Amino acid sequence: MAERQQILQLWADGSSLDSRTVAWAFHDGTDGAGPPLPGGTPPYASGVHALRDGWMLLQTSQLVPPQPGEEHRNSYLEYEFVLERRVDDSRIEE
Amino acid sequence: MGTEHRLSTRQMAQFVADGFIRFDAIVPAELNARAIEEMAQLEAERFAPTGLKPPHTGTPLDDCYPPPAAIGEYLRLPQIRGIIESFVGENATFDHDWTHHIQPHATYVQPLHVDAITDSPDFTFDIQLFWYPHDVAPGEGGTRFVPGSHLRRVRSSGLDRYQHIVGEQQLSGPAGTVVVFHHGLWHAGQPNPGDGHRWMHKVRLNPTVPQVRLWDTSDLPDLQNPPSDHVFARILPDSVAQVFRTMHPWTSITDHRNEQVQRALLWRYLTGDDTYDVDHYLTRLERRAALVAAADTA
Repeated sequence: MAERQQILQLWADGSSLDSRTVAWAFHDGTDGAGPPLPGGTPPYASGVHALRDGWMLLQTSQLVPPQPGEEHRNSYLEYEFVLERRVDDSRIEE
Repeated sequence: MGTEHRLSTRQMAQFVADGFIRFDAIVPAELNARAIEEMAQLEAERFAPTGLKPPHTGTPLDDCYPPPAAIGEYLRLPQIRGIIESFVGENATFDHDWTHHIQPHATYVQPLHVDAITDSPDFTFDIQLFWYPHDVAPGEGGTRFVPGSHLRRVRSSGLDRYQHIVGEQQLSGPAGTVVVFHHGLWHAGQPNPGDGHRWMHKVRLNPTVPQVRLWDTSDLPDLQNPPSDHVFARILPDSVAQVFRTMHPWTSITDHRNEQVQRALLWRYLTGDDTYDVDHYLTRLERRAALVAAADTA
């Protein structure tokens, strides 16, 4: 039986892991065999809520100072957290 | 042309804050029915050796899709022409168009994107009209879009990763609904699990005149707040500033304040009023910058 990875990207309204989730994405290495995300918009109110549900934090986004002349121009969602969970996939033999 | 069908100041302000505005069932039923046939024909013949072709890019709007074309008739409807002229003025030109056709039971999820390329940093803008000629049921192929995303500086492919954004919308509504997008609005095609075809015509239009006070400005004196309007000092209730304080649920407080600044800058362009401000953000910085200039010359 082999492990497969599920990835959860959360974007928050602040740089802290307990800031409010404003966007998310889910990538499933088990192709549907593993557990889905909880229902809800969003599935987790914050990154800490995801930790409590068993997700492991891989990465947080860096804080990047505003570029001169672009201080008041928004771009991509700034505060990104990447989490994973590993799922034993009984369909796959090692 | 008179202002009978032009948008109001309130509608323009809402467009500046949201990046879109919708008009439910604004196109008559008979025209919607003919349009579906024509959209299908355009889809089939656009690149064929002969048949129905779109206009050349740069064609004046009045010359696009001459009679008896249904698409041309739609673009010349007084209510549609009034909307167009409010944003891009008279003598707008055709950029491009497309028939967006989603088959029944289609499963493709188009990634979130913004059209074309990262645009110029000034506040001129194009509009895109999305015409849905039949009822679109919830979840059956209506366009997904993100209100308030239109003033951000992004590269289109960078938006792929946002599968879900709090506050995003998916269009549903009655036949003849037209939604007008600012060219920078984030959007994506969606699956159509329904049994019917989902047709939509999208056209992008370029302005050829400065986009200054093109709408019905009769209510502008009542709604235009003074530059001193500040949520933590004194405000004019029910003003343009109040509309610009609309906070979309997916933005951080920092992003929201930056968006207020961008909306104020766009409104300066639209009104020709270089003093316009919301919550003093621009005026504060401009006054302090003037101190530096004054010190340099002292």
